[in-house]
Amino acid sequence: MTAVPIHRRRLLAPLARIAGGDKLVTAALAVLAVLIVAAAFAPWIAPYDPDSVDLSATLSGSTPEHLLGADQSGRDVLSRLIFGARTGLLGPLVVVIVSTLLGMLIGVAAAWHGGVVDSVLSRAMELIFSFPALLLAIILVAVFGVGLTAPVIAMSVAYAPYVGRLARGVALQEKARPYIQAYKVQGWSGWVICVKHLLPNIAPLILAQSAINFGYALMDLAALSFLGFGVQPPTADWGAMINEGSSSLLQGAMLPALAPGVAIVITVVAFSLVGESIADRVARREQ
Amino acid sequence: MTEYALEVENLRKTFGDHVAVDDVSLTLRPGGSLAIVGESGSGKTTTARMLVGLERPDSGRIRVAGRDRSGAARGRATRLARAREIQMVFQDPYLSLDPRVTVAACVEEPLRLHFAMTSAERRARRDELLARVGLGEREADALPRRLSGGQRQRVAIARALATEPKVLILDEATAALDVSIQAQILDLLAEIRRDTGVAYVFVTHNLALVRHVADDVLVLYRGRVAESGPARDVLAAPEHPYTRLLLHSLPHRGWDPARIAADRRALATATRERPPAPTSEKRSVTS
Repeated sequence: MTAVPIHRRRLLAPLARIAGGDKLVTAALAVLAVLIVAAAFAPWIAPYDPDSVDLSATLSGSTPEHLLGADQSGRDVLSRLIFGARTGLLGPLVVVIVSTLLGMLIGVAAAWHGGVVDSVLSRAMELIFSFPALLLAIILVAVFGVGLTAPVIAMSVAYAPYVGRLARGVALQEKARPYIQAYKVQGWSGWVICVKHLLPNIAPLILAQSAINFGYALMDLAALSFLGFGVQPPTADWGAMINEGSSSLLQGAMLPALAPGVAIVITVVAFSLVGESIADRVARREQ
Repeated sequence: MTEYALEVENLRKTFGDHVAVDDVSLTLRPGGSLAIVGESGSGKTTTARMLVGLERPDSGRIRVAGRDRSGAARGRATRLARAREIQMVFQDPYLSLDPRVTVAACVEEPLRLHFAMTSAERRARRDELLARVGLGEREADALPRRLSGGQRQRVAIARALATEPKVLILDEATAALDVSIQAQILDLLAEIRRDTGVAYVFVTHNLALVRHVADDVLVLYRGRVAESGPARDVLAAPEHPYTRLLLHSLPHRGWDPARIAADRRALATATRERPPAPTSEKRSVTS
């Protein structure tokens, strides 16, 4: 039986190296790797079609045929979980990309120009901060209709100030450093200095925040799907699965709601751990 | 009438209520060397930052080879022209180099911005500049963190020389280095001035340095010119009590720190009632 741990260690070795030997972070990276693979290769990995119905298995517990049981319509929970990783990761990915770009643009512009530009952009960020993200999402759903689009736009806007505030802070610090001033003295335009030199130097910290945001965006989007504003049944989505499975809880079937719930928790924790680890490492390098 | 490399008239800069620099005038002939001396808070760094264009003066004029550069730099052409007039070497070589850029790229960047060169020409010019400051191929591929403080300051000098400026401002450029390395860098700077005819403005708190590097000296006290003239004369027979105090503050035989502290308080009390009279009329700064 010694062959198994060795094989497993070999698989984890590159992840452990990226994690800097931290066991918890290695585990988090492994979780993320599994999720990404599951989402990418869902049709080949999932034991069943996520929408195929096996009425004889309805609300069955864990069986050899259905490892995580089947839901109230007799659909395989594991397969739905694997397919659910697709919308589950795609939504937050778009949110994180858009909010990071938007936040960096706002934060760096505010820090670089200072004065009136800074005041206006900072007030704008506070305004978005004070506006409930969920309310924004619901308003946009009223405009765009239910589905992934409206919640993703809403969350992109709602998360941008978090990135923006951080970007403004670190850009202010970086801007005061002599190497940035040396570029100014050389005659480079502010635009080139920011894009070519300032952004790459502050990017690791922003990336850390974005990784943490990814987890929270996933949770928020799942919440919107749970409330019925996001991804619609019968599409496999973790938030929608919890909603559909919650009625079965009364009949004693835990797995249809519990499995996606646990998946969300594990994913959010994994993203947070990776984000914190990046932030830690940047802080250590700065010293 | 001689054309000055650098000509400054009645420079003034306030930060809120605080007058950082008040009525500072100076001239520097091509290939000359001027030291601006003062303690922290004397306005010497603010003066240097105005000269190089990192701060805009409230009033007064700065001219290099007859061209005014007091106002904001509008447009690329002005920006580039100014960068070819004055360059700067910063105090801390650990902060003044971009941590992500190799030595070779650091020197090539200003060349790419300012001169139309083929990449072969650029590499040749880069090697020439690095050789000029005593760095070879081994250092060229290195990132700044691999270099010692003295090597980094050599890179900063090569980078500043890349635009072929008429005036080089050295803002405490050797203050962060070991004494033996300081001497090497000062020798190097003297050699470069002899060979290229660039003019220097040394900004320093260290009067001992002045006699080695500067033809002329300008002593700043609380943002105003306390005394100015040929370095030899000022150091041999200081007229202003503040200059005498600075000279006595250097460790020497019979050095009495308590006495100096008492003198300093007396001077501060005396000048609070009556600002120090500039003595620049008595002696010309230029030689």
